[in-house]
Amino acid sequence: MSWTHILPELILTIGGILVMLTESFLKPRSSRFSVALLACLSALAAMGASVWQLHAPAGSAYWGAIYTDAYSSFFHVLIAAILLCSLLVSADYFRGRMHRGELYALMLFGATGMMLMTSASSLLLVFIGLEISSISTYILTGFRKDTATGPEAALKYFLLGSFATAFFLYGVALAFGATGTDNIYTIGSVLVLNPSPLAVVSLALMLIGLGLKISAAPFHVWTPDVYEGAPSPVTGFMSTGPKAAAFAVLLKILLVAYPTLHPTWSVLLWILAAISMTVGNLGALLQNSVKRMLAYSSIAHAGYILVAFAAGSAEGVAAASFYLVSYAAMNIGAFTILSYAARYEERAASFSDFAGLARRSPFIAATFTLFLLSLIGIPFTGGFFGKFYVFTAALHSGLVWLTVIGLLNSGLAAFYYLRVIATMYMRSPDEGTALTLKPMSFGTATVLVFAAAATLFLGIVPSHVLDAAQSAAASLTASPNAATTAPAAAVNPAP
Amino acid sequence: MTSWNPLILTLILFVPTAGAILITLLPRQSNAIRWSALLVSLVTFALSLHLPAHFVYGQQGFQFESDRVWIANPLIHYHVGVDGLSMWLIVLTTFLAPIGVLASWKTIGERKKEFYALFLLQQTAMIGVFIALDLMLYYAFWEMSLVPMALLIGMFGRKNGRAAAIKFFVYTFVPSALLLVAMIWLYAHTGTFDFVVLRQMRLGGALNFSATAGMFLSLAFLLAFAVKVPIFPLHGWLADALSEAPTAMAMVLAGKLGLYSILRFSFGLFPDESRRVAPILIALGVIGILYGALLAWVQTDLKRLASYSTLSHLGFCVLGIFSFTIASTDGGVYQILNHGISAGALFVLLGILYERFGTYEISDYGGLAARLPFFSAMMVGTALSLIGLPALNGFVGEFLVLSGSFGVHTYWTAAATLGVILSAVYMLSMLQRVLYGEPSTRVLALGNGTPNGDLTLREQTAMWPLLILIVLMGVLSPYWMRAINALYGSQPAQVQAVNHTMKAGE
Repeated sequence: MSWTHILPELILTIGGILVMLTESFLKPRSSRFSVALLACLSALAAMGASVWQLHAPAGSAYWGAIYTDAYSSFFHVLIAAILLCSLLVSADYFRGRMHRGELYALMLFGATGMMLMTSASSLLLVFIGLEISSISTYILTGFRKDTATGPEAALKYFLLGSFATAFFLYGVALAFGATGTDNIYTIGSVLVLNPSPLAVVSLALMLIGLGLKISAAPFHVWTPDVYEGAPSPVTGFMSTGPKAAAFAVLLKILLVAYPTLHPTWSVLLWILAAISMTVGNLGALLQNSVKRMLAYSSIAHAGYILVAFAAGSAEGVAAASFYLVSYAAMNIGAFTILSYAARYEERAASFSDFAGLARRSPFIAATFTLFLLSLIGIPFTGGFFGKFYVFTAALHSGLVWLTVIGLLNSGLAAFYYLRVIATMYMRSPDEGTALTLKPMSFGTATVLVFAAAATLFLGIVPSHVLDAAQSAAASLTASPNAATTAPAAAVNPAP
Repeated sequence: MTSWNPLILTLILFVPTAGAILITLLPRQSNAIRWSALLVSLVTFALSLHLPAHFVYGQQGFQFESDRVWIANPLIHYHVGVDGLSMWLIVLTTFLAPIGVLASWKTIGERKKEFYALFLLQQTAMIGVFIALDLMLYYAFWEMSLVPMALLIGMFGRKNGRAAAIKFFVYTFVPSALLLVAMIWLYAHTGTFDFVVLRQMRLGGALNFSATAGMFLSLAFLLAFAVKVPIFPLHGWLADALSEAPTAMAMVLAGKLGLYSILRFSFGLFPDESRRVAPILIALGVIGILYGALLAWVQTDLKRLASYSTLSHLGFCVLGIFSFTIASTDGGVYQILNHGISAGALFVLLGILYERFGTYEISDYGGLAARLPFFSAMMVGTALSLIGLPALNGFVGEFLVLSGSFGVHTYWTAAATLGVILSAVYMLSMLQRVLYGEPSTRVLALGNGTPNGDLTLREQTAMWPLLILIVLMGVLSPYWMRAINALYGSQPAQVQAVNHTMKAGE
């Protein structure tokens, strides 16, 4: 039964189509509750299907184009959870304005693409998934036609994103030329026998393509503008979902298809990680807009995850997967706060908008503080263990200097996250252009509580998720046809 | 009662957290907030008295231990326990807590809920630092202690609380990142975070790394701790944070966390490396003594004066513990306790002044002795303890430090002795300017709309225990030394008996 291997994708696609169909029967001004409910239900069903997949035996389908295992299902669950949260927040954010069924359909289709990326073993299918998710996010970015920044951001994202996918596709073509196959697992075994110089070029091109998607420096230039211009719930969605999917694919390609080139890509990733962390953090330091600051910080977080990539071991894969989960929890949380506080007017642009928030809404301020502390990496939050696992993996692979750079960077990062906390708690509301807070909707409240609980849960009892991440990593590094995992002792280009 | 022993530390640790949660559930303007904070801190103090009551003197290793797996992979234990060093620090922490609550009783008018909840969380974090025997658990509490502290400084600071809070946080957080690297490095090479296991490996020679790696590791540890103490020249945050911090936080901000960590972890895991850098630390400690004293001398703000005198006094602790003789280590550790009590008393008294006059400017005062006799007597007692008058606690610590280190670092110790004189100079001149002389206009106006008279019952309740301890610790030092001496039993490699040291306290 091949279709069980694409069950979550199938559910989301059908859900998306149903949403579109329902939408066409709704009057422009009428309530969109029905489509929102439909979308949320399909996301829930997809999550259920992903959890089921997690416990089902691994296997391939459709002539080897799809391979589901603990690794892909891990990311399926994550993407479904991100999708559900984003749907709930969007329903609140867009209520009454531009509230269209397409919004939900696009999110569902986008998530379909992301899921497809993680479970595809054919590079062409990866490309198709990448395109599905990218095109959805382009439209979502510019979904608010009533602002100038939205369409501008969408256009920027579209242009640079198209470059990225073109690079990726070129890489796929060269990989096919070098090995005669587009199957990730086969490429690995072919390259062991017949190393080809083309393989290095194809790897580099794919790295550039995916590097743009995960917004790793120096391919990050689009990130701040796009994240700032997009509606806040969409920013939350695309800073976590497509990123997780692109990271998952990148890991799979590096470890399964190109283990023989480990020395090469380890050095490349070392450099990418160091630049991303530093550029992201330095950029974030200079921002006056909270949203833009979070955009730069997401570049820095991509850098931390790349540290785990550079480690290149099964431990590194587990660390990166865990980090992506904790990052999703805290980032979704932070953007939910932004969506709620900013509302449709996209206020809360500057730090001063948050002045004295703690006095007027202790709950919001406390949860936001939790997410920010987690982004800093304070113990007892998910962010701490994310960093902890990443840097432990790096040290195990001998990347001492990269670890030092990373942790010094996280010290630097404390400064700008702390500014937000300081503004909320230590300035009086009359100092800034205080936000008007409306009552919180059930959906937003659910997402906030869920994200906060997840952040704390990951920080106090991380074992559950880590176990899942480890079995995912084990499944990836022990996949059929996959060459042996990369050597533990990585090359350290630093002095 | 012995059945309580494995549980007692966990109770002491989490009763304040439970109290903090309780306080967040109380109504915002309720009077019950501060009463429950007081009650919770008193209960914690009472619980902590279980430790000295059941401490087995002369027994090696840690007591009241409890060891459970917290996270299976990476292997992080919830491993807590105390020895003679940490036991008194815990009691000191829990002892200062109710006093801190009393000192904040009136000054914290707005946002009581936040204040007391964060205050109690801070208690948990500090106690956690003292009892954690797993490096990761320790690190978690170490970092956790930053957040409530920074928030409290920022929210309840005087004028520049926000800047001081961020400065404090970043100053401490950045070196902590290196500490984390070092800890993970150790884990990556040994597979354990357990301090006891690591120390046995280290002393037994099972944990070997190159000299360079050892030096880098020990420096990463030491740097993080030295900033927290702070040791000159890493004291940049101290004066700002201390002078901005509300009284209850100023009492606990500096000193013991960092010094304890040096004693426990730097010396415990890197005995040889610590010995190698000791001359530098001695020099920095003595420079800190003199520099702090000179700066304290020229301050015009009472709280900044107290901050720099803190830097100066902590220099004695540094000198003591890095001289590696029995007497000087005893003195250094004793001085940590002394500093907690005497500087705590000083900050409470300054807070009392501020409540009445709303200023810390020395020039605004004068002739207080005639108007506030009780207050003045207590101020003089506290100042004398800080100066190191014989029969008060400060003398015991400073004398042991100086006599213990004289044999090993003669010139530096001689220079440090100058610091004792300087501390008398700035303290006495401060007393003279504040308490005696012509009453200033503010002092004359006392009673017009301000809390008029001398110390209230609440203030007396806060101050008397401190003053009694100042005297008791001056005359009955062996009682405390007994436990501190037990340290050598558990950490033999740390302190080599230097021939001509006197056995402290006996």
